[in-house]
Amino acid sequence: MSFESHTDLSRRRLLGAGMALGGLALAGCASTAGSGPSIGHVVVVGGGFGGSTAARYLKLWGGNIDVTLVERSASFVSCPISNLVLGGHKQMADITRGYDGLRAVGVKVVQGEVTAIDAAAKKVRMAGGGELAYDRLVLSPGIDFMLDGIGGLAAAIDSGRIAHGWKAGPQTVALRRQLEAMPDGGVFAMAIPKAPYRCPPGPYERACMVASYFKVAKPRAKVLVLDGNPEITSKKGLFEKAFKDHYAGIIEYRPNNELKAVDGNTAKLEFDDVKADVLNVIPPQRAGDLARSAGLLNMNNRWVGVNWLTMESTAAAGIHVLGDATFPAPAMPKSGHMANQHAKVAAAAIIQLLKGEAVNATPVVMNTCYSFVTARDAVHVASVHQFDATDKTFKTVPGSGGVSAAANQVEGRYALSWAHNIWADMLAL
Amino acid sequence: MKRLGVAAAAAMAFVAPLAMAQDAHLARNLAATCANCHGTDGAARGDMKPLAGVAADKIIAMIDDYKSGNMPATIMHQISKGYTDEQIRLVAGYFAAQQPRK
Repeated sequence: MSFESHTDLSRRRLLGAGMALGGLALAGCASTAGSGPSIGHVVVVGGGFGGSTAARYLKLWGGNIDVTLVERSASFVSCPISNLVLGGHKQMADITRGYDGLRAVGVKVVQGEVTAIDAAAKKVRMAGGGELAYDRLVLSPGIDFMLDGIGGLAAAIDSGRIAHGWKAGPQTVALRRQLEAMPDGGVFAMAIPKAPYRCPPGPYERACMVASYFKVAKPRAKVLVLDGNPEITSKKGLFEKAFKDHYAGIIEYRPNNELKAVDGNTAKLEFDDVKADVLNVIPPQRAGDLARSAGLLNMNNRWVGVNWLTMESTAAAGIHVLGDATFPAPAMPKSGHMANQHAKVAAAAIIQLLKGEAVNATPVVMNTCYSFVTARDAVHVASVHQFDATDKTFKTVPGSGGVSAAANQVEGRYALSWAHNIWADMLAL
Repeated sequence: MKRLGVAAAAAMAFVAPLAMAQDAHLARNLAATCANCHGTDGAARGDMKPLAGVAADKIIAMIDDYKSGNMPATIMHQISKGYTDEQIRLVAGYFAAQQPRK
């Protein structure tokens, strides 16, 4: 099976002519390991789990390759473990890491924002002017929110009254402050959107972490889970047990409670209204704005379809899309771990495509999601996905994967070690 | 990188019938699926088991024990069953050739 790009030969001939266009003139400067001409310039947009991993592994595996990572923020803040910040068990500094490791391995890290993509001309436009030319583009834009269907929500988030806390950073800080300011005896209500959304077990972990905080600091306060889904969407039995064993009388779980509108701190549902002291809304999601403006949302007008051998968008040649923004293969979760795995498939394929070689026909990706149910006890869900050449998608291996037998402290330690290892893997720490 | 190539080639000798169709970097790519927990190229941190520099036959035996249930595990009994024996041999050969974290 061959997936050689028909344009690779002509492109490589052009590389010597210089790749940087426009005002930034970045590409030609990126350092390369060893001698010899660069095999090409890859621009990576988005420095989260997917994009950072792609940048790191392009350098690790690519030899003489120029890699530019464009990221809006000065540092990376991890969504995984951020629920522990909400619970008061970790601080923001514990989930924040810099990009110096990537710089040290030769990635050109640019703090900035890509505003437009010209797929035909193979260049991206930067906010504030300037362009970056690329041979291959990696987009790891994460998610953005679909706010139109929930009345009042966009204004409430804009004003800061409602914090979603579903992108780690200032939103995490804002939600923690609301929890700290909430009176004992108050109600924290969390609205969960219908699947699919980023991090399936994340909302239920959040319920546990907020409840663990209340148990100590505000023993009369309640956690009300308003789930748009008919049941807990991940690790159901384990979360049900945690709610019962640790948070009886604190957490109330309501299935089939899809949020319709917000009014102040009142959640308006189909049949009733719920007044909360802190209302946390996790909005419905789609692929990040840049993927949409680039015209890549070819799946349900919401997600990006990809060729799983290369992670290349099925909507635009030369653009590889990673992570939560993709329309998933069967049973493939939207997780930071999976975005990291996508990135490695993409990095290997991009290097081969730039060299005019056939790409790996038998990729494998796997997922592990740990969730804390107390400050120390965690549960996991794991899966392994092998590429199926007949159906051209990843499929889970029958008999593999699964969840924890029970919540336990050993996996609590593994969960934190997982975080340190994946942050180091993606950011070259 | 040259050293890794030798390791991969050595590991692939176990699965000669498939070698023609295999990507030259298959062992590296498969091992990279383990890095999220076990560190880049198996150089793990914290409570995770380091795999870099561990003898290939030891890794293979460990995985076999996870698959059979002979070795108690929190998660590896579930993950190991997602990989074929041939893939485990490739992964083991790759990690055996890596430098342990200092």
